[in-house]
Amino acid sequence: MAIFSVYVVNKAGGLIYQLDSYAPRAEAEKTFSYPLDLLLKLHDERVLVAFGQRDGIRVGHAVLAINGKDVNGKYTADGKEVLEYLGNPANYPVSVRFGRPRLTSNEKLMLASMFHSLFAIGSQLSPEQGSSGIEVLETDTFKLHCFQTLTGIKFVVLADPRQAGIDSLLRKIYEIYSDFALKNPFYSLEMPIRCELFDQNLKLALEVAEKAGTFGPGS
Amino acid sequence: MSRPAPRKPEYHKINKDLFVLTYGALVAQLCKDYEKDEDVNTYLDKMGYGIGTRLVEDFLARSCVGRCHSYSEITDIIAQVAFKMYLGITPSVTCNNSSRNEFSLILDKNPLVEFVEELPAGRSSLCYCNLLCGIIRGALEMVHLAADVTFLQDRLRGDSVTEIGITFLKKLDEKKYRRKK
Repeated sequence: MAIFSVYVVNKAGGLIYQLDSYAPRAEAEKTFSYPLDLLLKLHDERVLVAFGQRDGIRVGHAVLAINGKDVNGKYTADGKEVLEYLGNPANYPVSVRFGRPRLTSNEKLMLASMFHSLFAIGSQLSPEQGSSGIEVLETDTFKLHCFQTLTGIKFVVLADPRQAGIDSLLRKIYEIYSDFALKNPFYSLEMPIRCELFDQNLKLALEVAEKAGTFGPGS
Repeated sequence: MSRPAPRKPEYHKINKDLFVLTYGALVAQLCKDYEKDEDVNTYLDKMGYGIGTRLVEDFLARSCVGRCHSYSEITDIIAQVAFKMYLGITPSVTCNNSSRNEFSLILDKNPLVEFVEELPAGRSSLCYCNLLCGIIRGALEMVHLAADVTFLQDRLRGDSVTEIGITFLKKLDEKKYRRKK
Protein backbone atom coordinates (compact mmCIF):
# COMPACT_ATOMS: atom_id res chain seq x y z
CA MET A 1 0.00 0.00 0.00
CA ALA A 2 1.75 3.12 -1.07
CA ILE A 3 1.32 6.58 -2.42
CA PHE A 4 3.60 7.10 -5.37
CA SER A 5 3.40 10.76 -6.34
CA VAL A 6 1.63 14.03 -5.79
CA TYR A 7 1.21 16.64 -8.51
CA VAL A 8 -0.30 20.11 -8.11
CA VAL A 9 -1.46 21.76 -11.33
CA ASN A 10 -2.41 25.42 -11.55
CA LYS A 11 -5.32 26.93 -13.45
CA ALA A 12 -3.40 27.28 -16.71
CA GLY A 13 -2.33 23.64 -16.69
CA GLY A 14 1.22 24.26 -15.49
CA LEU A 15 2.78 21.97 -12.93
CA ILE A 16 3.55 23.95 -9.78
CA TYR A 17 4.53 21.16 -7.44
CA GLN A 18 5.63 17.57 -7.74
CA LEU A 19 6.66 14.97 -5.20
CA ASP A 20 7.73 11.38 -5.85
CA SER A 21 7.76 8.98 -2.98
CA TYR A 22 8.28 5.65 -4.63
CA ALA A 23 9.48 2.73 -2.59
CA PRO A 24 13.08 1.82 -3.55
CA ARG A 25 12.75 0.85 -7.16
CA ALA A 26 13.89 -2.44 -8.54
CA GLU A 27 17.38 -1.94 -9.91
CA ALA A 28 19.77 -4.60 -10.97
CA GLU A 29 23.51 -4.26 -11.39
CA LYS A 30 25.37 -7.04 -13.15
CA THR A 31 28.79 -7.65 -14.56
CA PHE A 32 28.81 -8.77 -18.14
CA SER A 33 31.33 -10.24 -20.50
CA TYR A 34 31.35 -9.80 -24.25
CA PRO A 35 29.03 -10.29 -26.05
CA LEU A 36 26.16 -8.70 -24.16
CA ASP A 37 23.22 -11.10 -24.31
CA LEU A 38 20.63 -8.34 -23.92
CA LEU A 39 19.29 -6.51 -26.92
CA LEU A 40 19.54 -2.77 -26.30
CA LYS A 41 17.92 -0.02 -28.34
CA LEU A 42 17.96 3.73 -28.29
CA HIS A 43 14.61 5.28 -27.48
CA ASP A 44 13.78 8.86 -26.56
CA GLU A 45 17.33 9.77 -25.61
CA ARG A 46 17.69 6.70 -23.39
CA VAL A 47 19.14 3.26 -23.88
CA LEU A 48 16.46 0.68 -23.11
CA VAL A 49 16.40 -3.10 -22.92
CA ALA A 50 14.38 -4.32 -25.92
CA PHE A 51 14.71 -8.07 -25.40
CA GLY A 52 16.57 -10.62 -23.34
CA GLN A 53 14.88 -10.25 -19.99
CA ARG A 54 16.66 -12.10 -17.20
CA ASP A 55 17.71 -11.90 -13.57
CA GLY A 56 15.67 -8.88 -12.59
CA ILE A 57 16.50 -6.96 -15.74
CA ARG A 58 13.17 -6.41 -17.45
CA VAL A 59 12.26 -5.24 -20.93
CA GLY A 60 11.83 -1.48 -20.75
CA HIS A 61 14.51 -0.95 -18.14
CA ALA A 62 17.01 1.72 -18.99
CA VAL A 63 20.77 1.74 -18.58
CA LEU A 64 21.28 3.82 -15.45
CA ALA A 65 25.00 3.48 -14.83
CA ILE A 66 28.09 1.89 -16.35
CA ASN A 67 30.91 0.81 -14.05
CA GLY A 68 29.33 2.75 -11.22
CA LYS A 69 29.15 6.06 -13.08
CA ASP A 70 25.68 7.35 -13.96
CA VAL A 71 24.98 7.66 -17.66
CA ASN A 72 23.70 10.87 -19.12
CA GLY A 73 20.85 9.86 -21.41
CA LYS A 74 22.48 8.00 -24.27
CA TYR A 75 26.02 9.11 -23.39
CA THR A 76 28.25 7.73 -20.68
CA ALA A 77 29.69 10.00 -18.02
CA ASP A 78 32.80 10.45 -20.24
CA GLY A 79 30.75 11.55 -23.23
CA LYS A 80 30.96 8.36 -25.29
CA GLU A 81 27.84 6.82 -26.76
CA VAL A 82 26.56 3.98 -24.60
CA LEU A 83 25.67 1.64 -27.45
CA GLU A 84 29.08 2.13 -29.04
CA TYR A 85 30.80 1.58 -25.72
CA LEU A 86 28.94 -1.64 -25.07
CA GLY A 87 29.55 -2.85 -28.62
CA ASN A 88 33.33 -2.67 -28.19
CA PRO A 89 34.77 -5.95 -26.79
CA ALA A 90 37.78 -4.04 -25.42
CA ASN A 91 35.63 -2.43 -22.72
CA TYR A 92 34.57 -5.73 -21.18
CA PRO A 93 34.06 -7.02 -18.51
CA VAL A 94 31.71 -4.16 -17.67
CA SER A 95 29.28 -3.65 -14.83
CA VAL A 96 25.96 -2.15 -15.90
CA ARG A 97 23.08 -1.02 -13.73
CA PHE A 98 19.58 -1.32 -15.16
CA GLY A 99 16.39 0.02 -13.73
CA ARG A 100 13.08 1.63 -14.49
CA PRO A 101 13.80 5.04 -16.03
CA ARG A 102 12.62 8.01 -13.99
CA LEU A 103 10.61 10.74 -15.64
CA THR A 104 12.58 13.94 -16.19
CA SER A 105 11.07 17.17 -14.90
CA ASN A 106 10.28 18.32 -18.43
CA GLU A 107 8.38 15.14 -19.07
CA LYS A 108 6.43 15.65 -15.87
CA LEU A 109 5.53 19.21 -16.90
CA MET A 110 4.33 17.97 -20.23
CA LEU A 111 2.31 15.13 -18.75
CA ALA A 112 0.69 17.48 -16.24
CA SER A 113 -0.44 19.86 -19.00
CA MET A 114 -1.71 16.94 -20.99
CA PHE A 115 -3.67 15.71 -18.03
CA HIS A 116 -5.10 19.20 -17.55
CA SER A 117 -6.45 19.10 -21.11
CA LEU A 118 -7.80 15.59 -20.74
CA PHE A 119 -9.49 16.62 -17.53
CA ALA A 120 -11.36 19.33 -19.40
CA ILE A 121 -12.26 16.97 -22.23
CA GLY A 122 -13.62 14.56 -19.65
CA SER A 123 -16.14 17.10 -18.43
CA GLN A 124 -17.11 18.10 -21.95
CA LEU A 125 -17.73 14.52 -23.04
CA SER A 126 -20.28 14.06 -20.32
CA PRO A 127 -23.88 13.53 -21.39
CA GLU A 128 -24.99 15.44 -18.30
CA GLN A 129 -24.69 19.20 -17.86
CA GLY A 130 -22.12 20.47 -15.38
CA SER A 131 -20.15 17.30 -14.91
CA SER A 132 -16.86 17.28 -13.07
CA GLY A 133 -13.66 16.40 -14.88
CA ILE A 134 -11.71 13.15 -14.55
CA GLU A 135 -11.77 12.06 -10.92
CA VAL A 136 -10.12 8.64 -11.02
CA LEU A 137 -7.93 7.06 -13.65
CA GLU A 138 -7.25 3.40 -13.04
CA THR A 139 -4.60 1.11 -14.45
CA ASP A 140 -3.42 -2.27 -13.26
CA THR A 141 -0.45 -0.86 -11.37
CA PHE A 142 -1.74 2.44 -10.00
CA LYS A 143 -4.78 4.61 -9.53
CA LEU A 144 -4.68 8.34 -10.25
CA HIS A 145 -7.00 10.48 -8.15
CA CYS A 146 -7.68 14.07 -9.09
CA PHE A 147 -9.41 16.76 -7.09
CA GLN A 148 -10.15 20.11 -8.67
CA THR A 149 -10.95 22.96 -6.31
CA LEU A 150 -13.60 25.54 -7.10
CA THR A 151 -10.78 27.92 -7.96
CA GLY A 152 -9.35 25.64 -10.63
CA ILE A 153 -6.29 24.20 -8.90
CA LYS A 154 -5.92 20.46 -9.36
CA PHE A 155 -4.38 18.09 -6.85
CA VAL A 156 -3.38 14.77 -8.38
CA VAL A 157 -2.29 11.77 -6.33
CA LEU A 158 -0.97 8.54 -7.82
CA ALA A 159 -1.36 5.63 -5.45
CA ASP A 160 -1.54 1.89 -5.21
CA PRO A 161 -4.97 0.70 -6.44
CA ARG A 162 -5.70 -0.86 -3.05
CA GLN A 163 -4.91 2.29 -1.07
CA ALA A 164 -8.03 3.72 0.58
CA GLY A 165 -8.70 7.18 1.92
CA ILE A 166 -7.26 9.14 -0.99
CA ASP A 167 -10.26 11.48 -1.07
CA SER A 168 -9.56 12.64 2.46
CA LEU A 169 -5.88 12.86 1.60
CA LEU A 170 -6.68 15.16 -1.32
CA ARG A 171 -8.75 17.42 0.96
CA LYS A 172 -5.91 17.40 3.47
CA ILE A 173 -3.42 18.38 0.77
CA TYR A 174 -5.76 21.24 -0.17
CA GLU A 175 -5.69 22.45 3.42
CA ILE A 176 -1.91 22.17 3.60
CA TYR A 177 -1.69 24.14 0.35
CA SER A 178 -3.97 26.85 1.67
CA ASP A 179 -2.00 27.03 4.92
CA PHE A 180 1.65 26.79 3.97
CA ALA A 181 1.76 27.90 0.36
CA LEU A 182 -0.93 30.55 0.16
CA LYS A 183 -0.46 32.14 3.54
CA ASN A 184 3.23 32.61 2.85
CA PRO A 185 3.25 36.29 1.89
CA PHE A 186 6.20 35.80 -0.45
CA TYR A 187 4.59 33.09 -2.49
CA SER A 188 3.00 34.35 -5.72
CA LEU A 189 -0.13 32.59 -6.87
CA GLU A 190 0.17 30.16 -9.78
CA MET A 191 3.96 29.99 -9.44
CA PRO A 192 5.95 26.85 -8.55
CA ILE A 193 5.67 26.13 -4.85
CA ARG A 194 9.03 26.31 -3.12
CA CYS A 195 7.99 26.34 0.51
CA GLU A 196 9.79 24.13 3.02
CA LEU A 197 6.82 23.99 5.36
CA PHE A 198 4.58 22.83 2.54
CA ASP A 199 7.03 20.00 1.69
CA GLN A 200 7.35 18.89 5.28
CA ASN A 201 3.67 18.89 6.05
CA LEU A 202 2.81 17.17 2.81
CA LYS A 203 5.27 14.36 3.50
CA LEU A 204 3.82 14.01 6.96
CA ALA A 205 0.30 13.80 5.57
CA LEU A 206 1.38 11.14 3.06
CA GLU A 207 2.96 9.07 5.81
CA VAL A 208 -0.17 9.29 7.93
CA ALA A 209 -2.37 8.34 4.99
CA GLU A 210 -0.24 5.35 4.13
CA LYS A 211 -0.20 4.07 7.68
CA ALA A 212 -3.82 4.70 8.42
CA GLY A 213 -5.10 3.47 5.11
CA THR A 214 -7.90 5.94 5.57
CA PHE A 215 -8.46 9.31 7.19
CA GLY A 216 -11.22 9.30 9.77
CA PRO A 217 -13.33 12.38 10.52
CA GLY A 218 -11.86 14.75 13.03
CA SER A 219 -8.27 13.58 12.45
CA MET B 1 -25.91 12.95 5.46
CA SER B 2 -24.48 13.35 2.00
CA ARG B 3 -21.65 15.67 2.98
CA PRO B 4 -19.16 15.01 5.79
CA ALA B 5 -19.33 17.57 8.59
CA PRO B 6 -16.58 20.21 8.37
CA ARG B 7 -13.63 19.44 10.59
CA LYS B 8 -13.13 21.59 13.63
CA PRO B 9 -10.42 24.06 12.61
CA GLU B 10 -7.34 24.01 14.79
CA TYR B 11 -7.02 27.75 15.20
CA HIS B 12 -4.49 29.05 17.63
CA LYS B 13 -6.30 31.50 19.88
CA ILE B 14 -5.01 34.99 19.30
CA ASN B 15 -6.19 38.11 21.06
CA LYS B 16 -8.86 39.81 18.98
CA ASP B 17 -7.75 43.20 20.31
CA LEU B 18 -4.32 42.69 18.76
CA PHE B 19 -5.95 42.09 15.40
CA VAL B 20 -8.26 45.09 15.72
CA LEU B 21 -5.37 47.32 16.81
CA THR B 22 -3.20 46.07 13.94
CA TYR B 23 -5.92 46.94 11.48
CA GLY B 24 -6.33 50.35 13.08
CA ALA B 25 -2.59 50.99 12.87
CA LEU B 26 -2.68 50.02 9.20
CA VAL B 27 -5.47 52.47 8.38
CA ALA B 28 -3.86 55.20 10.46
CA GLN B 29 -0.55 54.80 8.63
CA LEU B 30 -2.28 54.85 5.26
CA CYS B 31 -4.00 58.06 6.28
CA LYS B 32 -0.60 59.56 7.07
CA ASP B 33 0.85 58.37 3.77
CA TYR B 34 -1.97 59.48 1.48
CA GLU B 35 -3.83 62.77 1.64
CA LYS B 36 -6.84 61.86 -0.42
CA ASP B 37 -9.50 59.56 1.01
CA GLU B 38 -9.98 57.88 -2.36
CA ASP B 39 -6.33 56.84 -2.37
CA VAL B 40 -6.58 55.29 1.07
CA ASN B 41 -9.75 53.51 0.06
CA THR B 42 -8.12 52.24 -3.14
CA TYR B 43 -5.10 50.88 -1.32
CA LEU B 44 -7.20 49.22 1.32
CA ASP B 45 -9.19 47.60 -1.47
CA LYS B 46 -6.01 46.45 -3.22
CA MET B 47 -4.62 44.94 -0.05
CA GLY B 48 -7.92 43.25 0.58
CA TYR B 49 -7.87 41.86 -2.94
CA GLY B 50 -4.53 40.18 -2.32
CA ILE B 51 -5.82 38.73 0.93
CA GLY B 52 -9.07 37.58 -0.66
CA THR B 53 -7.37 35.64 -3.45
CA ARG B 54 -5.55 33.57 -0.83
CA LEU B 55 -8.20 33.43 1.84
CA VAL B 56 -10.74 31.90 -0.51
CA GLU B 57 -8.75 28.65 -0.76
CA ASP B 58 -8.49 28.41 3.00
CA PHE B 59 -12.23 29.04 3.23
CA LEU B 60 -13.08 26.42 0.59
CA ALA B 61 -10.69 23.90 2.12
CA ARG B 62 -12.14 24.21 5.60
CA SER B 63 -15.79 24.80 5.00
CA CYS B 64 -16.63 22.04 2.49
CA VAL B 65 -19.15 24.22 0.65
CA GLY B 66 -20.14 22.84 -2.71
CA ARG B 67 -20.53 24.66 -5.98
CA CYS B 68 -23.16 27.41 -5.82
CA HIS B 69 -25.70 27.83 -8.54
CA SER B 70 -27.08 31.31 -7.93
CA TYR B 71 -25.88 34.70 -6.78
CA SER B 72 -28.20 34.66 -3.79
CA GLU B 73 -26.72 31.32 -2.69
CA ILE B 74 -23.26 32.80 -2.94
CA THR B 75 -24.17 35.87 -0.93
CA ASP B 76 -25.80 33.70 1.72
CA ILE B 77 -22.67 31.62 2.03
CA ILE B 78 -20.49 34.72 2.29
CA ALA B 79 -22.67 36.10 5.05
CA GLN B 80 -23.44 32.98 7.01
CA VAL B 81 -20.32 30.87 6.63
CA ALA B 82 -17.41 33.09 5.66
CA PHE B 83 -18.11 36.08 7.87
CA LYS B 84 -18.88 33.73 10.74
CA MET B 85 -15.66 31.81 10.24
CA TYR B 86 -13.36 34.78 10.02
CA LEU B 87 -14.98 37.62 11.96
CA GLY B 88 -17.47 35.81 14.13
CA ILE B 89 -20.42 37.87 12.90
CA THR B 90 -23.35 37.00 10.66
CA PRO B 91 -24.54 39.90 8.54
CA SER B 92 -28.05 39.74 7.13
CA VAL B 93 -28.57 39.55 3.40
CA THR B 94 -31.01 41.53 1.31
CA CYS B 95 -31.48 41.57 -2.42
CA ASN B 96 -31.57 44.99 -3.93
CA ASN B 97 -32.88 44.60 -7.39
CA SER B 98 -35.20 42.47 -9.41
CA SER B 99 -32.54 41.07 -11.72
CA ARG B 100 -31.08 39.40 -8.62
CA ASN B 101 -27.51 40.47 -9.09
CA GLU B 102 -27.24 43.22 -6.48
CA PHE B 103 -27.14 42.25 -2.83
CA SER B 104 -26.46 43.94 0.47
CA LEU B 105 -24.87 42.64 3.61
CA ILE B 106 -26.06 44.53 6.67
CA LEU B 107 -23.51 44.34 9.47
CA ASP B 108 -24.98 45.15 12.86
CA LYS B 109 -21.76 44.37 14.68
CA ASN B 110 -18.33 44.98 13.22
CA PRO B 111 -15.36 43.92 15.36
CA LEU B 112 -12.93 45.99 13.29
CA VAL B 113 -14.49 49.30 14.39
CA GLU B 114 -14.87 48.40 18.04
CA PHE B 115 -12.48 51.09 19.22
CA VAL B 116 -13.19 53.71 16.59
CA GLU B 117 -15.53 56.48 17.68
CA GLU B 118 -15.66 58.58 14.57
CA LEU B 119 -13.60 59.37 11.54
CA PRO B 120 -11.04 62.17 11.95
CA ALA B 121 -11.93 65.59 10.65
CA GLY B 122 -11.21 65.92 6.95
CA ARG B 123 -11.56 62.17 6.40
CA SER B 124 -15.26 62.10 5.93
CA SER B 125 -15.31 59.82 2.90
CA LEU B 126 -12.86 57.27 4.27
CA CYS B 127 -14.15 53.71 4.14
CA TYR B 128 -12.50 52.36 7.26
CA CYS B 129 -13.26 48.72 6.54
CA ASN B 130 -12.59 48.84 2.83
CA LEU B 131 -10.22 45.91 3.29
CA LEU B 132 -13.31 43.74 3.65
CA CYS B 133 -14.60 44.89 0.27
CA GLY B 134 -11.31 44.00 -1.35
CA ILE B 135 -11.29 40.60 0.32
CA ILE B 136 -14.76 39.76 -0.97
CA ARG B 137 -13.88 41.00 -4.45
CA GLY B 138 -10.63 38.99 -4.56
CA ALA B 139 -12.30 35.86 -3.27
CA LEU B 140 -15.11 36.05 -5.82
CA GLU B 141 -12.68 36.60 -8.64
CA MET B 142 -10.83 33.39 -7.79
CA VAL B 143 -14.04 31.45 -8.26
CA HIS B 144 -14.56 33.15 -11.61
CA LEU B 145 -17.13 35.76 -10.58
CA ALA B 146 -16.51 39.44 -11.21
CA ALA B 147 -18.16 41.68 -8.66
CA ASP B 148 -18.22 45.26 -7.51
CA VAL B 149 -18.08 45.47 -3.74
CA THR B 150 -18.44 48.78 -1.94
CA PHE B 151 -19.71 50.29 1.26
CA LEU B 152 -23.17 51.63 0.59
CA GLN B 153 -23.67 52.89 4.11
CA ASP B 154 -21.25 53.19 7.00
CA ARG B 155 -22.05 53.96 10.62
CA LEU B 156 -18.74 55.75 10.97
CA ARG B 157 -19.80 58.21 8.31
CA GLY B 158 -23.05 58.95 10.03
CA ASP B 159 -25.41 56.47 8.39
CA SER B 160 -27.70 54.35 10.49
CA VAL B 161 -26.29 50.96 9.52
CA THR B 162 -23.17 49.53 7.93
CA GLU B 163 -24.04 48.08 4.56
CA ILE B 164 -21.75 46.35 2.07
CA GLY B 165 -23.14 46.18 -1.45
CA ILE B 166 -22.15 43.36 -3.79
CA THR B 167 -23.01 43.78 -7.46
CA PHE B 168 -22.31 40.69 -9.52
CA LEU B 169 -21.03 41.49 -12.99
CA LYS B 170 -20.51 39.12 -15.89
CA LYS B 171 -19.25 35.63 -14.95
CA LEU B 172 -15.53 35.43 -15.77
CA ASP B 173 -14.51 33.01 -18.49
CA GLU B 174 -13.08 29.93 -16.79
CA LYS B 175 -11.61 28.74 -20.04
CA LYS B 176 -9.50 31.82 -20.65
CA TYR B 177 -6.54 30.23 -18.87
CA ARG B 178 -6.19 27.51 -21.47
CA ARG B 179 -5.58 29.98 -24.27
CA LYS B 180 -2.55 31.42 -22.53
CA LYS B 181 -0.46 28.24 -23.00
